[in-house]
Amino acid sequence: MNISPLNVVLLVIIGLLAVGIYGLLITRNLIKIVLVLQILVKSAMLALVLAGKVGNNLGLGQSLAATVIVADTVVAVVGLALAVQVRRRFGTLDVADISTLRG
Amino acid sequence: MESYLYLILGLAAIVCAYRAMISTRLLSSILYLACVSAMVSVILYLLGAQQVAVIELSVGAGLVTVLMVYALSVVGDDARDLLSVIPKPLAILIVVLSAFFVAIMVFPLVEPPLDVTSFSLTVVLWQQRVLDVWIQIALIFSGVLGVLGLLSEREATPISHTERFADQIVGTSQEEVHS
Repeated sequence: MNISPLNVVLLVIIGLLAVGIYGLLITRNLIKIVLVLQILVKSAMLALVLAGKVGNNLGLGQSLAATVIVADTVVAVVGLALAVQVRRRFGTLDVADISTLRG
Repeated sequence: MESYLYLILGLAAIVCAYRAMISTRLLSSILYLACVSAMVSVILYLLGAQQVAVIELSVGAGLVTVLMVYALSVVGDDARDLLSVIPKPLAILIVVLSAFFVAIMVFPLVEPPLDVTSFSLTVVLWQQRVLDVWIQIALIFSGVLGVLGLLSEREATPISHTERFADQIVGTSQEEVHS
C-alpha cells in the first residue's frame, strides 16, 4: 500500500488525539491532566501546520501554530500553579478528593 | 522513503504519549512528554515549518518540562495508580468512536489546486494577523501571573479530611432540619 507522507502525518495526528482523549477520560491526577492536555494540543498544532501545508499557505498555519503554542504554555503554567495551590490546601492531587460538590 | 520517516517519528511520538499517560511515576511521564515534543518538532521541521519547530522544541521540550519538574518537586510524586474516572472499556469505546469519526471526516487528504497566494510567516504574523500578536502578549502576561502563583511560598490553610467530613455532616443535618 502506497500512502503519501501527508496522510501518514494525518494518521499520527489522529493517534495523538486518541491517546489524549483516552488520557483525559481516565486520569484523576491534576498534574497528569495538564500533561495530557499538552498531548492533545500538540496534535491540534500538528493539524494546523499540516492544513497550512496542504492548502499551500504554510505561513498562516505556522502563525496559528505559534499562537497555539503560547496559549498552551499559559494553560500549562496556570494549571500547574493551580495544582500546587490545591496540593497545599487539600493535601492531595486527586480530583475526586478535592471535589466539594455534594450529590 | 519519506513516508517511512514520518511513520517512524509518528509511531515514536504516539508510543511516548501513551507511556506518558500510563506511567505511574510523574517524573517519567514528564520526560516522555518531552520526547513527544521533540518528535513533533522534527515532524514540523520536515513539513517545512522550521520556525514553529524551533519554538516547539524550546518551549514544549524545554520550558514546559522545567516548569513541570519544578511543580513536581513542590508537590511531590506520590506515584499512586488512581482508579480511572469512568470505566476503561467505556473510555476505549469513546476513543475508538472519536478516532473513527475524525478519520471518516479527514481521510483521504485531498490536495487543492496550487493557485492560493502564499505569504511568508513574517508577513502573516506581523501584517495580516496583528491581533494574534496582541493576544499572545496578553497571554504571556497571564502566564507570568501564573508563574507567580506557582512560585508563591505563602502556605494556604490546609483543610483536613476530618474537618471537611464534619462540615458535610453539619451541612446535611441543617438541610434535614430545614426540610
